[in-house]
Amino acid sequence: MKAMILKEFQELRRDRRTMAMLIALPIVLLVIFGYAANFTITSITTHVVGPNAAAVTGAVPGLFDVTGTDASGTSQDAKDLVRDNVADVVFDTNTTPFTAYVDGSSLFSAQTAVGALNAVPSEQLTVEVLYNPDLTTSWVMVPALVGLILTFIGTIITSIGLVRERQTGTLEQLAVMPLRPSAVIVGKIAPYFILASVDMIVVTLLGVWIFGVPFNGNPWLFAVGAAIFLFVVLGIGVLISTASQTQAQAIQLAMFVLMPQILLSGFIFPLSAMPAAISWIGYCLPLTYFVEISQGIMLRGAGFGSLWVSFAVLAGMAIVIFSAAVLRFRADLAPRAPRHADAEAAS
Amino acid sequence: MTWGARDLTVRYGSVTALDGVTVDVVPGEVVALVGGDGAGKTTLLRAIAGAVRPASGGVESPGVARIGFMPTQAGVWRDLTVDENIAFVGASQGVRGADLAQRRAALLEATGLTAATDRLAGDLSGGMRQKLAFSLAMLHRPPLLLLDEPSTGVDPVSRVDLWRMIAAAAAGGAAIAMATTYLDEAERAANVVVLDSGEVLLRGEPGAILERVPGHVRTTPTRAAGTATWRRGHEFREWVPEDPPPGTARAADLEDAVVAASLAKEAAHA
Repeated sequence: MKAMILKEFQELRRDRRTMAMLIALPIVLLVIFGYAANFTITSITTHVVGPNAAAVTGAVPGLFDVTGTDASGTSQDAKDLVRDNVADVVFDTNTTPFTAYVDGSSLFSAQTAVGALNAVPSEQLTVEVLYNPDLTTSWVMVPALVGLILTFIGTIITSIGLVRERQTGTLEQLAVMPLRPSAVIVGKIAPYFILASVDMIVVTLLGVWIFGVPFNGNPWLFAVGAAIFLFVVLGIGVLISTASQTQAQAIQLAMFVLMPQILLSGFIFPLSAMPAAISWIGYCLPLTYFVEISQGIMLRGAGFGSLWVSFAVLAGMAIVIFSAAVLRFRADLAPRAPRHADAEAAS
Repeated sequence: MTWGARDLTVRYGSVTALDGVTVDVVPGEVVALVGGDGAGKTTLLRAIAGAVRPASGGVESPGVARIGFMPTQAGVWRDLTVDENIAFVGASQGVRGADLAQRRAALLEATGLTAATDRLAGDLSGGMRQKLAFSLAMLHRPPLLLLDEPSTGVDPVSRVDLWRMIAAAAAGGAAIAMATTYLDEAERAANVVVLDSGEVLLRGEPGAILERVPGHVRTTPTRAAGTATWRRGHEFREWVPEDPPPGTARAADLEDAVVAASLAKEAAHA
């Protein structure tokens, strides 16, 4: 038995990815969960518009972080600020009583804001929750889940599919067939792109049908955002496959990529409730930006004008990651100076 | 046209996998590349196929579109059926329509896979899978066939079938380079190249190669003193650096020749 235990430790010591999962992952999860798993909102981005903006700004509780005032702003301007995700709460002092527009698509901020604002007498303030009036959790989750499903297919399924070719030795066969590397790459990735697109449509339609999630925006803009996001996650999947020799290794690496996206993209734990030391990780993750796009378009009917930053970041990620992935995959197919890994396979 | 490698050197980082290797692969003939693990057989085949870039020297090949390559692990797609494998490789190699149908029928007949066209390649036996892989490599009638240990792990009956197919391909004019660890297979080839640690130890026709063994191998009933001895069956062999007595062969067969050449190399480097 002692020999068996020793052998197991020797094998584990050389399996660096499993060791990383055993040692690093629990620590990372503890730290991230400890700081990120926080539903308590202590600050809500707020704007105040209308003729009494200055007075109201001085009177709102500290929970409401007033980042902008506009004394000449109209009621429509107030609603637009919410739609464009400039603020989670906008106080409109054009009306009597004043109106507080709350962004229902920012669920946790909205729940906190409504809880605080309900304490104000109704003759002084009317609270109107926009885009998710009943603060239904599924309305917020379904658009984000579309992104999560695309991430799952793009990273795990794609990387497994590509590594299978390497594991069974057929990648070697493809490399010596008269196929252009670009044809192999496109041929390998296109089916996953198509399947993920179909999944995206099905999940979105089911979300709308079963959970009654509204689709207020432009479906074509949503499709463009999803396509760009798919390029990012497919690129990650291809990159994982180029760094993995077996399907098990690919799954391990994909889990490393997937876990932070689930926890830190803001659709479970609000990014605004995380300390800056953790939330910056969230802002490096593609799902964060797709969640902003999908929730913005589906719930708030937001247009490109208010979502262009998310589109631009995703497009930048798509170009960088997909290009790196294609170049690495191409290196596996093109004639090359042998790498160290080949030495082990050569005989 | 003779294909092959000319003074080919391939390096993996600091490791030299092939060191100035020259191999001629002649149309209508089979050249057997013999050697143990790490000898350089796979690297040589991959270099001729264009999948590995040489450090120096060069290769002569008809181009990737006219090479049939069968990798160590059978180059078949296990989640595709036999027919789907043929259809995919046919499309990739530009074999279509009536030509594909004719090649498909001929190769299925030759491999005995006619009744298995709807079976997944992953469900085939090892021998059937290797025969399918050979068929895929042959599908586009390549003038140069590179086979990496086609019969390793295959049952004896399938080995014979494979050899029959390889011989038929050579008879049809294909130039064939085949890596193998089986010396009985190598003895059937027109030419044998014995590789060891990336260097050519011996080369030539199987019969002639026995005369190129350095020193000679003698048979003894009991183990002789020294390290250059080994057991074969009920007898012992001993490699002796000196030439054999007149009228005596240097080695009885290819197995003795390969062992003797290895021992001679060790002695030279000692």
